[in-house]
Amino acid sequence: MPSTTATPADPGLRPDWPEGLTRIPYWVFQRDDVFADELEHVFRGPHWSYLCLEADIPEVGDYRATFIGDQPVVVARDVDGEVYAFENRCAHRGALLALDDRGNTTDFTCVYHGWSYNLQGDLTGVAFENGVGGRGGMPPSFCKQAHSPRKLRLAQLHGLVFGSLSDEVPDIEDYLGEEISSRIERVLGGRTPVVLGRFTQALPNNWKLYMENVKDSYHASILHLFFTTFEINKLSMRGGIIVSEGGGHHVSFSAIDREAERDRAYAEAGIRSDSEYSLADPSLLDGFSEVGDDVTLQILSVFPGFVLQQINNAVAVRQILPRGVESTDLHWTYLGFAEDTPEQRRARLKQQNLVGPAGYVSMEDGCVGGFVQRGVAGAGSQSALLQMGGDDAESSESRVTEASVRGFWKAYRAALGY
Amino acid sequence: MRDDAFHLVARAQAAYARCIDEGPLESWPEFFDDECFYQVTTADNHRDGLEAGLIWADSRGMLTDRISALREANVYERHTYRHLLGQPHLTPTATTEEVDSETPFLVVRTTRDGTSDIFATGRYLDRYRLGADDAHLTRRVVVCDSSRVDTLLALPL
Repeated sequence: MPSTTATPADPGLRPDWPEGLTRIPYWVFQRDDVFADELEHVFRGPHWSYLCLEADIPEVGDYRATFIGDQPVVVARDVDGEVYAFENRCAHRGALLALDDRGNTTDFTCVYHGWSYNLQGDLTGVAFENGVGGRGGMPPSFCKQAHSPRKLRLAQLHGLVFGSLSDEVPDIEDYLGEEISSRIERVLGGRTPVVLGRFTQALPNNWKLYMENVKDSYHASILHLFFTTFEINKLSMRGGIIVSEGGGHHVSFSAIDREAERDRAYAEAGIRSDSEYSLADPSLLDGFSEVGDDVTLQILSVFPGFVLQQINNAVAVRQILPRGVESTDLHWTYLGFAEDTPEQRRARLKQQNLVGPAGYVSMEDGCVGGFVQRGVAGAGSQSALLQMGGDDAESSESRVTEASVRGFWKAYRAALGY
Repeated sequence: MRDDAFHLVARAQAAYARCIDEGPLESWPEFFDDECFYQVTTADNHRDGLEAGLIWADSRGMLTDRISALREANVYERHTYRHLLGQPHLTPTATTEEVDSETPFLVVRTTRDGTSDIFATGRYLDRYRLGADDAHLTRRVVVCDSSRVDTLLALPL
């Protein structure tokens, strides 16, 4: 009997989305047509994608090659000191212009036929444009100004460079909203980021499973057992989540609760902890107030694929790039700041053991998306359940909620018309 | 450089690789001095002089904690490594009791479903302290050729 459900092997029509934000159909992680829709309407659509840090391209001529979704782009600093970005594609026959991930150059010349571009992406030279000996060459009507890779809209915010291929995208301030941008400013504002390391993690799952994980404050103390096993995070904490108006961006934070801490210290006076496990070298977590406040953790995401993370003094940006329906690249850039003292820098290098592909509190995130991807095989007609903390996508003083995950799907459905 | 340096380093490395591949992993920190440095990084970061590591430890205690965390806290699917090491290339240091060593490695990871893949290739940049009849690491920087890590890095390299 023929199956009536759509699966990746069934090129039939995409099924309808269930009602509301509390059911996420598994076909959304499985279908090639959904992936194509996302590249077109999410990544190339009216959204801001993180490209790089200004600190990645500090000097004139510095460039980085990266992607918006699957589309190769170049970000470069021109002689005027400004940052420009354009498609990494020759206007002639489509070959890549920049072949290295980063470097310093005076111009970009396509290796195929030698067409060259300045650092703003303008076509400036065409090999044999006038032919040789009066023969061949481009027709007289050919106009170099009319042929360039598409230029990106750019937004720079506290040292972050975002780009968009859409003219419809709102200004970055409107896109993020005050609550999100003020939390970016909290970590990066007025400081000079220094890149301490770059690592790429290949995730065996759909990119949205990673974004769900980032926004999921419910799983943190359940999946990640490092802090609880070693009884490290003993301070009383308060926290909450912020979900942006459209749902797509979020902040999850926790902060030392001074009042509860005073009460607890009084109640526990004289009582020794007898944790079964303890760290042989507890200097791992010797740190300092990151920006002078009590916030020890702030995870911030920007739709579709950007994360700014402060876990104690482990500060990093993460760029999430889809490579296929079941394959995602997670690019980590670990940050310090030029203002760091040597002791602070050392504390960061130690605490970065918490994060990244080998991180004590993040290695699980590298595999759990794959557990879902494999778990939902054959279950395209089934749905995930997102009811923790209700059915809305609103900010909350509790982190035992899936509101920010629902927010992601709210923005996602709006972007795709699903 | 002492005449027995190559012999001692080669023997220590063979035991180190066997310790990770066959266990017990709890013995892994014993290949290092109390005061030691261990880092896993990439060729790109190493060339650019970037300080951070996938793993960054400046004491043997931190190595002990790595193993405790893998045993007691971290969640990952069962897998094993097979280290294949090249010959160590030794260079003398200012003292005869220490020697610098560079060794190429290849690590195959076998996962639960039986897939064996090349997980990492690269080189160990080491400093060994030579004892009467053994050698201990005071420094090991694991420089992976690729900047990509598949899924996660749990077991040390």
